[in-house]
Formats: sequence, C-alpha cells, structure tokens
Amino acid sequence: MLSVDCIEKSYKKGGLFSKKKEQVLKNISFECKRGECLGIIGESGSGKSTLGRLLLGIEKPDRGTIFFEGKSVGNRRVRMGNISAVFQDYTSSINPFYTVEEAILEPLHMKKELLGGVQSKIDQVLCQVGLNPSYRKKYPHELSGGEAQRVCIARAVSTEPKCILFDEAISSLDGSVQIQVLELLKNLRKLYDMGYIFITHDIQAAAYICDRVMIIRNGEIEEIVKVEHLKDVQSAYSKKLLQMIIA
Amino acid sequence: MNRLKYVLKDKVAALSLSIIAVTTVAGVFAPFIAPHDPEEVNMELQFAASSWEYLLGNDHLGRCMLSRLIYGIRPSMLWVFAALVLSVTIGSIVGFLAGYFRGKTDAFLMRVCDVMLSFPGYVMTLAVIGILGVGFENILLAFVLMKWAWFARIIRTSVMQYAESEYVKFSKAIGASHLKIMISHIIPVALPDIAVIASSSFGSMILQISGFSFLGLGIQAPQAEWGMMLNEAREVMFSRPELMLAPGLTIVIIVSAINYLADTLQVALDPQLMTSKNKQLGFETTSIAKLEGKGVA
Repeated sequence: MLSVDCIEKSYKKGGLFSKKKEQVLKNISFECKRGECLGIIGESGSGKSTLGRLLLGIEKPDRGTIFFEGKSVGNRRVRMGNISAVFQDYTSSINPFYTVEEAILEPLHMKKELLGGVQSKIDQVLCQVGLNPSYRKKYPHELSGGEAQRVCIARAVSTEPKCILFDEAISSLDGSVQIQVLELLKNLRKLYDMGYIFITHDIQAAAYICDRVMIIRNGEIEEIVKVEHLKDVQSAYSKKLLQMIIA
Repeated sequence: MNRLKYVLKDKVAALSLSIIAVTTVAGVFAPFIAPHDPEEVNMELQFAASSWEYLLGNDHLGRCMLSRLIYGIRPSMLWVFAALVLSVTIGSIVGFLAGYFRGKTDAFLMRVCDVMLSFPGYVMTLAVIGILGVGFENILLAFVLMKWAWFARIIRTSVMQYAESEYVKFSKAIGASHLKIMISHIIPVALPDIAVIASSSFGSMILQISGFSFLGLGIQAPQAEWGMMLNEAREVMFSRPELMLAPGLTIVIIVSAINYLADTLQVALDPQLMTSKNKQLGFETTSIAKLEGKGVA
C-alpha cells in the first residue's frame, strides 16, 4: 500500500548563504502492507519525525519516491481521505477557535462521498473513542490531554482512511491513559481495517500494538523485524536498545 | 458578536469604544451634525467666547470651533483609518505569503521589507511631500508606503508561529489546499494579533498626521484639521488657551480611547475566553429569565 524507495532528506544548516547541509535521512526503503501496523522506533534526533512528515507529504524528499497505492503522496489529491495523522502535541493539534465538532467536520467536509449523515458520523466517532456526544460543543482548551488526544484520533478515523500516522501520539500522555489509548487504537484498527504507522521512542508501546517494527538510527534503517521476533534482533544497536528496556 | 460582549464587560473599554463610535458617526455625518459651516468667516466674532450659538467659541477668523472640530474628524480620523486599513492589507498579504511559504519567498519579501524599514519614517514622509508637493493625500500616500513593511514583518512572525502548529500540519496531511488552510486556520487565528497591532498604530498615526498638519505640511488652509487648529491657536496660546485646549484635548481623548481599546482587544479576542459552559450558562439564564417573566405575567 505504502512503498518508500531510497529516500534521502537533508536540511540546510546556518544562514542564508550557507552551503552546509545536514543529512537527516539516508537511503530509506521499506513497504507497509494494507492493514499492517508498522512501528518506527528510534532515539530523539534519529530522523523518525522527519520520515513521518515525508510520509504525510507535508515535505518532499530530496531523492527517492514515496508511493501510496502507486501514486505519489506529494499530490494532495492522493492523500485526501486516504491518509490521516495524529501528532504528539495535543495542545496545538486542534485549532483553538474550533469546537470539537468543527474540528472533526474538517476532514469530513473534504471527503466528497459519505455514507449517512455527517452529524450522526460525529456522534459515532466520538462514541468510538469513548467520549460523550456532549463534548461536541467544547473548545480544545476545555479538554484534558487524554480527551484532546481522543478527539484527534476521532478526527483521524472519521473519514475511515486506509493509513493513519501516529507521530509520538501517546508519548505526552500519562501511563494509564496511554494504555487506554493503545487499547482504543487496537479496537479501531480491527473495526475499520486500517493500517497504522506508529512513530515512537517507546518500544513497549510499539511491541504492544505493531506487527512489524523498524529500528532507525542516525537516519538509516538499522533493522526491520516482526514483533514476534523482537527478541532475536541481529544488529548490535538494536540489541543494546532492547537490553536497556529489559534492564 | 460574542467577542463584543467581552469588550463591553470592561468599563474602560466600553467607554473607549463608545467614544470612537460616536466620533466616527459624527465625522461621517458632519454636515448634518455641525451647527455651522466650518469655513464661514465672521470677523465680528473673532475670538468670541463660547455662547449658546457657538458652543466652543470662535477662532481668529470668527469660525465656529465646534463645527471645525467635527469636520476635522474626517481627515484626522477617518482618512487616517482608511490609510491604516490599506497599509495593513498590503502588510498582511506580504506577511502571510512570507510566513506561510517560508524559504525563498520569505527571504525575498523580508529583504524588501528590510530595505523599506531602513528609511527613517519621518524623513521619508518629508521626502515624499517634497517630491509630490504639500498636501494631505501625499502624506497619506507616504504613510501607506512606509508602514506596510512594518506590518508585514510583525504579521509574518505571527503567521509563522501558527503555520508551524499541528492543526495546520494535520490539514496539510489530509490534503487541504494552501488557500483553504490560510482561510480556515491561519487568518482567524492571526486576526487578533493583526487587530491589536493595527489599533495600537492607529493612535500614533493620528498623532503623526496632526503633527504634520501642525507644521503646515498636511491639509491646506481653509479646511479643518485638528493639528492645524492647534497651530492656528498657537498665537493666542496664553490669552485664549481654550482655542488650543479644544483640539488638543480631542486628540488626547481619541488617541487614549484607541489605545485602551487596543489593550482590551488583546484580551477579548483570546480564544481561551470561549467556553461551552459560558454559552450554556447564557442559555440557562435567559430561560430562567423567561420563566420568571411568565411567573410575573
């Protein structure tokens, strides 16, 4: 479904006339099948969020291609209704002038064909993420972190996209809420048969929800393993990473 | 409309807003409100004290001071406002393009702004007057030319901050067009910032226009303008101070009112004030009021 081929990305360093560049991603290729949950794990600064932005088509890679069902994700019409996202910072994930209802309506309005009424759809997705329909009229600053993140998830699943990218979506929530949200994501995935790309630095969370895990280090893929085989990773770095968690 | 309620809750802001509203209306309908023709010379009444017919007295040519003050609203406030709107619009367009698209667009537009900002404002205005000649329109033109760059810089910074936010990222990810993102996400969020900086520079622009007219570079003789009225009253400053006080106080009051309003706008336009609870409360109180009304009936 999502195929990434040899992408590279570098950012300019320094001022206007500086020629220095810092390479953030090097030669990344992988594939994500339909309905699969792929975890992308790495330390801070390993380039996983940059990879996320490229996958969402917000930025363009310097080299290489990212195809969604054979079409480039750089084209916004390809992404429309097919790809969605949930970000880390729940405080700025919803426009402060929007109510919960308006926030969820935004992607729904963009999708042309819609089964059933828009209004009933809002109630339905709010229920699915465990929020009461009375939340519809609330503004984002009236929500707690967990509630805001649930609204973001509701907003992401409302159009029933084929792929949702979670960029550190649960990292800023506290422990018990994390588990609730992970549980919720697992159920939603079964319900809609969606694919997830789960960017995180938390291996435990990734192991809990993902089918395959990609370990990334300094902008390069270190290893891609199935979750069942997570114990017997090959590379030294991955072993070290895992050991730190077990210890 | 909800926002207006927050402004009106603050007494100083409500007072400021009503002063500005009344002045604007008086300026627009000056011919109907002013008791006399502001340019009618009546030498018999030279420096006459205030009377029931001429409430604020008469100036050195016997013209009605009150009528001149009211007609003076037009150039001193309304035309300044038009110039402000024009320069804020230009500044916003440049600021939005630079702040949203970043990169090369940003670098180019900001260098242009830097060039514009490196001219000293007053000297440039004088230079424009020197080239195009003395006149009110030329000062306004010089203002628009000089101010837009300043607005563009400030608006760019605020747009940049919002363009980075996650809800804009989300909109981009789900495939919204740039135009749609700007209209639905960035303009509403940046509007309070724009309103605040525009209103705070409104006051200083009124002062500058009056300053130029005081120097005799702005509006020309028979027409009324507050700064020019101050200048005309200068010769009799000690024998008839009220001739100077009237336009002077008007300027001070209007500028303070605008500044106070700018202050409260900042608070009133804060999205954190919007609460669903408030809405419900409002609904409840009205329904209770209705019930009580029924009881009384």
